[in-house]
Amino acid sequence: MPKAEEVKYTKTHEWLHLAGNEGTVGLSEHAQKEMGDIVFVELPKPGRKLEKDKPCAVVESVKSAFDIYSPLNGEVVAVNEAVSGDPALINQSPLEGGWLFKVKADNPAEAGALMDFAAYGDFLKQNAH
Amino acid sequence: MYVPHTEKDKEEMLKAIGASSFEELVKQVPSRFLWPKFDLPQESLDESQAAARLSELSKKNCRPLSFLGAGAYERYSPAAVKAITSRTEFLTAYTPYQPEASQGTLQTIYEFQSTVCALYGMDCANASMYDGASSFAEAVRATVRVTGRKKIVYAAGVHPQYMDTLRTYFAHSPEYAYVKVPMKDGVMDKAALPALLEGAACLAVQTPNFLGLIEDLDGVADAARKAGALLVAAADPVSLGVLKTPGEYGADFAVGEGQSLGLPLAYGGPYLGLFSCKKEHVRQMPGRICGMTKDKDGKRGFVLTLQAREQHIRRDKAASNICSNEALCALAATVYTALLGPEGMRELAEANMGAAAHAAERLSAIKGCSLKFKGPFFNEFVLSVPGSAAAMREKALGQGVDIGLPLAPLYPELGETLLVCATEARTEADIARLEKAVKEAI
Repeated sequence: MPKAEEVKYTKTHEWLHLAGNEGTVGLSEHAQKEMGDIVFVELPKPGRKLEKDKPCAVVESVKSAFDIYSPLNGEVVAVNEAVSGDPALINQSPLEGGWLFKVKADNPAEAGALMDFAAYGDFLKQNAH
Repeated sequence: MYVPHTEKDKEEMLKAIGASSFEELVKQVPSRFLWPKFDLPQESLDESQAAARLSELSKKNCRPLSFLGAGAYERYSPAAVKAITSRTEFLTAYTPYQPEASQGTLQTIYEFQSTVCALYGMDCANASMYDGASSFAEAVRATVRVTGRKKIVYAAGVHPQYMDTLRTYFAHSPEYAYVKVPMKDGVMDKAALPALLEGAACLAVQTPNFLGLIEDLDGVADAARKAGALLVAAADPVSLGVLKTPGEYGADFAVGEGQSLGLPLAYGGPYLGLFSCKKEHVRQMPGRICGMTKDKDGKRGFVLTLQAREQHIRRDKAASNICSNEALCALAATVYTALLGPEGMRELAEANMGAAAHAAERLSAIKGCSLKFKGPFFNEFVLSVPGSAAAMREKALGQGVDIGLPLAPLYPELGETLLVCATEARTEADIARLEKAVKEAI
């Protein structure tokens, strides 16, 4: 399983771990902390075509509901059934047990435009209020 | 009329919208509705004169002995219903956002939801919708969200106005397809289902159907499931005192018109939408949901719950744009059902069946009249009549009896027929008057 330093980040706080042309997507440590206790997850169905930067899943916490945006163009190849049954996994281990879905990328090079760990850290600092 | 905007405010707003004038902004509204003309008395009247004039005018209101049903049912409502709903704590209270100030109202909503679940045999219910039609349309919309499909299969016996409401919801979405399951002997032709259900979001049915007939829904949920579709069932809650519940035949969503639970007809409303579903679909439920929980001292309390579905949080992605309920009507229905109890609901349903069966027997014995269908019915039935049903109704109204709804405008294939309803509110003497009125109207 990836470490926080090894994955790429979006401005909407998803992380992406690419292995070949298959990417695993989840919520960043920062995002899960901001959302609070997560109580419900709605994941895309396997086989669904995803569009980069378009909403594809919903995460609901005790505070509110949040859209999850796809970091890549591609197709859903697997979803984490375990988080559907136990959404708290996202809070407990956002990068491990709390991954959301796997996507087969149309063009893995798209990931190059995403932020690395350091850039994401700067991004969070800039946007801190 | 007091409008708090200045001319300058209005100009700015019109500019922001991109309309040159107010008239242009509302140009799609026919002018007869926009600037209605009222025929008011020319001379000014003082209060007592005005009261006398209005009282005189009110005599024009026609209150015939009514055998109309078709989705709205006249019932006797015990005096306790009005006594309780008239209490100022209930009558004047608004939406209970603050649990610390609204435990009484929230508890009645919770009791209402529990009542709807018990009646329909479902896991979860919401705090109510506008009416049966909006509940029906919202249930179908939910199946579209769950399945991602846009084909809606519905039985020909679904209330035509429920379908109209659904089509209005989807009026700007031409990609939706509506497929009607044909009728056979007044009920859904189940043999036609497998071919029609392919690729459907749902099968929407109603029992008793619009023609009063009881649909046999055994196996229908399985047929839907096989095609990956969900089952939406509309049912008159009073009929569930004797009929199988939607939960028993496997419905995913069950809805109904709650007016039937002792609410007055009141010239068309307000009505009460009942909405329930299986637990797995609870996040697709529209509207308010009240939940039971414990406070920090471990004491029972009630709060609005699962609000992440609603538009104040989810904005354009909310399950529905309805985030209110018919609280006072829901309270009336809750009090009515609590007064009757499970045994009383069964007796009420039996009394309805008895009254309608008696009326059907008397009317079908009239020369030229006959029952259009042989199947079992609940509290209304289709009567074939000799000659124009509309003309007969008009004639009988002159005698103070409304003999039923002519069906030709809605179901031309049924020929000259009347949909006749007799609830428990109709006595034997009333039915004798109906028989006489029909005879004389032929």
